[in-house]
Amino acid sequence: MTGRSISYFEASARLRLSGLVDANSFSEFCPPAMRKTSPHLARLDAPLAFDDGVVVGRATLAGHSVLVAAQEGRFNGGAVGEVHGAKIRGLLDKAVSEKPAAVLLLVDSGGVRLHEANAGLIAISEIMRAVLRAQAAGIPVFALVGGSCGAFGGMGIVTRLCAEVVMSEQGRLALSGPEVIETVKGVEEFDSRDRALVWRVTGGKLRRALGEATQLVDDLIPAFRDAAADLIAKYQAQPLTPVSLEELLGEHAKLTARSERFSNARDGREIWQAIFADAARVPELSVDDFNRQLGEQA
Amino acid sequence: MSEQILFDRLFGAGGHKISSEGLFLHGLAEVDGQAISVIGTRDHAAIDVTLALRIADAILQTVRTDATTSPRPILFIADTQGQALSRHDELLGLNGYFAHVARCVDLARRQGHQLVTLIHGEAVSGGFLAYGMLADRICALPDAQVRVMDLRAMSRVAKINLEKLEELAAVSPVFAPGAENYWKMGGIHEIWSAKDNWTERLAASFASITNSDSRAAIGVERGGRKLAASIAQLVADA
Repeated sequence: MTGRSISYFEASARLRLSGLVDANSFSEFCPPAMRKTSPHLARLDAPLAFDDGVVVGRATLAGHSVLVAAQEGRFNGGAVGEVHGAKIRGLLDKAVSEKPAAVLLLVDSGGVRLHEANAGLIAISEIMRAVLRAQAAGIPVFALVGGSCGAFGGMGIVTRLCAEVVMSEQGRLALSGPEVIETVKGVEEFDSRDRALVWRVTGGKLRRALGEATQLVDDLIPAFRDAAADLIAKYQAQPLTPVSLEELLGEHAKLTARSERFSNARDGREIWQAIFADAARVPELSVDDFNRQLGEQA
Repeated sequence: MSEQILFDRLFGAGGHKISSEGLFLHGLAEVDGQAISVIGTRDHAAIDVTLALRIADAILQTVRTDATTSPRPILFIADTQGQALSRHDELLGLNGYFAHVARCVDLARRQGHQLVTLIHGEAVSGGFLAYGMLADRICALPDAQVRVMDLRAMSRVAKINLEKLEELAAVSPVFAPGAENYWKMGGIHEIWSAKDNWTERLAASFASITNSDSRAAIGVERGGRKLAASIAQLVADA
């Protein structure tokens, strides 16, 4: 099987990583052999993973040194617990001293792991501070979102702190999951079984159209690799500078304009109608056609 | 306790000019004779896109006003039931609005503003992550509630027997609601008592700020979060 044919969505965290970075360049930190499992899952007799659901390490991508973390959505929905979160935080701390070309976060997570909810919530806020610190030190962090669990909860916030967000159409990015909203507010607020609706509200095309994702790529591991390589080249040419007051005022104006423009919107269709000439065709557009039409509107 | 009673106790009657607009709080006060900016939410606010923008705007205005003078300390008042649960807010990208707030908090820190959070009422999940948890120092009033989810909902969602959760909650701080649990894990620096002089405690809190995130180390000291610091160090040193 070649990387060319492998769906990013379907692949495991380790398969994604092996296809993303240069061949044989990956070395893992805190590997499964060290057996750093979650004592909190053990106390609840829940299944354990020797990597606690996240792979972290160092590699090269197109010859540039990178630090990478890949969450395994098949283990507890990629949820963040104490050990899992500390591995990502440690990786981001390492970035400040090691100064790689970039840190890649392969996000595939529902957010906080409920079995250790307090540890998970604190860990996510530590990851948030660590991402901000790394980027203030000039190290760009890229979030890659295309896994089956998407990027939800605190990991949805972490994703949007990153300098770049690369998504596939199948990727989903939001805060509360549709199931949570449906459970609390009712099915008329959000029908979580309506898959097309869920994708129109949280999916890659919607996020790219709004500017929440900076790139939309095909659901193939090499497509994510190419996007990451291009982004590394971009930041090599123009290094990341600490976010300034002016930039944040500009971002604030954009976010305010979005909330005013779409003040009553509840469905991605309303966004398509505002942006695309033929809104009805947006769901079926290829990634290339989508990106081209979006570019023409910009 | 209403916010105005809280502010009288923190700053003395008349020692503050803090107004509320709906669920948003904003104004000025003094700590140890020094002007501070107060920004927060009230009445267990569900934080939506609009409220997130109000918080971000208040932080940016404080940073802008102080750009050429000495940066004022900022006190965040956290009282939130969490993120607003609505399809509209999710469609717009509520996570992105929260990330924007977080970047504003980080800018304030980098510009030299000291940041303290005081939890009044409750601090829940995403609403707490958005700004309260990113301060340099996090304090809780004696009656503050802090959680991700109550045990009943947790049992249902994570499919874990409720009796088992309740039994374990008595001996482990790791998942059950409670400010005390967060204190043990280093997620809250201080819990104030009803008898304390809150004016003095707030001043002491601002005075003891450090710039680095030492919560994992505090969790080890207090015995509530024993692994996070060593695992992070293991990876950082690898």
